[in-house]
Amino acid sequence: MTTAATATGFQAVIGLEVHVELATRTKMFCGCRTDFGGDPNVRTCPVCLGQPGSLPVVNRGAVESAIRLGLALGGEVAPSSQFHRKNYFYPDMPKNYQISQYDVPICSGGVLEVTTSHGTTLVGITRVHMEEDTGKSLHAGTSGRIQGAEYSLVDYNRAGIPLLEVVSEPDIRSAEEAQAYLTELRAIVLALGISDAKLEEGSMRCDANVSVHRPGEPFGARAEVKNMNSVRSLGRAIAYEVDRQVALVQAGGTVVLQTRHWDEDRGATSTLRVKETLEDYRYFPDPDLVAVEPEPAWIEELRAGLPELPAAIRRRLVDAHRLSAEQVATLAGAGLIPVFEEAVAAGSPPVDAVNLLTNDVIALASERGFDPADLALTGAQLAELTGLVTDGTLSTKLAREVLGDVLAGRGTPREVVAERGLEQISDTSELAAICDEVIAAQADAAQKVRDGNRKAVGALVGAVMRATQGRANPRVVNQLLMERLDRC
Amino acid sequence: MSLSSEDVRHVARLARLDLSDEEVEALRPQLSDILAYAEQVGEVATADVPPTAHPYGLRNVYREDVPVDPLPHEEAMSTAPAAEDGRFRVPRIVGPDVTGEDG
Repeated sequence: MTTAATATGFQAVIGLEVHVELATRTKMFCGCRTDFGGDPNVRTCPVCLGQPGSLPVVNRGAVESAIRLGLALGGEVAPSSQFHRKNYFYPDMPKNYQISQYDVPICSGGVLEVTTSHGTTLVGITRVHMEEDTGKSLHAGTSGRIQGAEYSLVDYNRAGIPLLEVVSEPDIRSAEEAQAYLTELRAIVLALGISDAKLEEGSMRCDANVSVHRPGEPFGARAEVKNMNSVRSLGRAIAYEVDRQVALVQAGGTVVLQTRHWDEDRGATSTLRVKETLEDYRYFPDPDLVAVEPEPAWIEELRAGLPELPAAIRRRLVDAHRLSAEQVATLAGAGLIPVFEEAVAAGSPPVDAVNLLTNDVIALASERGFDPADLALTGAQLAELTGLVTDGTLSTKLAREVLGDVLAGRGTPREVVAERGLEQISDTSELAAICDEVIAAQADAAQKVRDGNRKAVGALVGAVMRATQGRANPRVVNQLLMERLDRC
Repeated sequence: MSLSSEDVRHVARLARLDLSDEEVEALRPQLSDILAYAEQVGEVATADVPPTAHPYGLRNVYREDVPVDPLPHEEAMSTAPAAEDGRFRVPRIVGPDVTGEDG
């Protein structure tokens, strides 16, 4: 990642601003619902439409979510913070300002541990602040983008939905680190249950501040890159932007402070607007809203109620079940840690559970176009399945078939095995007869084994497996064949 | 406090006002007078008074996260100067003056 930067003696300096749309039932400052979809402008009221005389009142649930995220990131909760008006001229906020936080955010500080193929680094958290989401604009015109639009149509259903903005320090040095940071932050948000954090649907959004410099020299001017709606596109956009800036500086140009738009299809960024400086928003304290001063007892109650966080869960799985870091990362990435833990609690050997999950479950989910975590697989089912393999009822190969049927809702693993007659045949007398038939039918192969070519037995084992539709216990078959061919 | 013509132009630009030179010069003393009036607050000794944005001393005013009925759609749209497909219709957002180091 950022290969060009390294090869050319430039270093990328990246900070991320992540917006998390909270899963509260109502908006930040009014009682309108936060549901998704439906007709435009059906979840609005005088407050979120900015009608004169309306007054915002803070949603306590949103403050609670903000404090919990701040604490989970290891930050400090401000004894007193307030809301400011951020004044600007886009009609996506009908008030001509967005209510946000400015000099004193609700939470400051903290750190996120980020692991990439190059190791683990710490990314500082600058702040977590509360604000309100904007409305959605449709830009009429040929391009569908802001530039060149003749007019815009605005839907305020989303206006006023609570957002948390999480700002990182410019501690990120590569596209891969940025991707790992976003993935980890998303996992924490999901563990807290404060948002569904779907990048594709916009309930989690990530902007990247990207600049380049030669180590030892001052940081370059940054471009804020927007419109990345997946972890993958975040990585692509940063890699592109770093290369662009390096090429620009090498050609004698100067990077200008600006906002750039990532075009996923073109795989490129382009100038959206030259950035207004911070002062241009003319922030001032919102006189309609009073200070937020969470009681220490409330903060401690929220701290005590924090769930076990992803990094702690990963460490525990590695320590308690001897899983590798890669296996845990795969489970975590697929959202399968809860199923794994349930299965182990239900008696499944950890190694069997993790193998089925990281190999078969993820592959089956991918074949069916599902998110693995959305498959209706319970830990109890998984434990039953690994139990059938352990006790010799099922071969590992057939276990995957059974898994497929279980996921298709055709019953529990035991029911599927009984229904389809998939029990592994370990009965020596039944298999012995089949082995004799195979030896008779494949005399050439049998003679090779008798002559000392032990590998030739593979063809015979294969024939027995075919004759039993894969149900024969391969270890038993091998044993029986060798006995018959005097090679024991 | 006396504002320069440049100060007035800056504030006007932030408010998206296109002022003529005559207007800038007419507004300059007026804005300066307004600021001078507000500046009188600075004469009060407040070294031991923390800054506040509110006169009331209120804090922690919250609502519970409980939905209430929204405005009916027709009522929400009733004051819109223009509407289309159930949405507010507004003039183009960004003009053609977008510039950057590459255009």
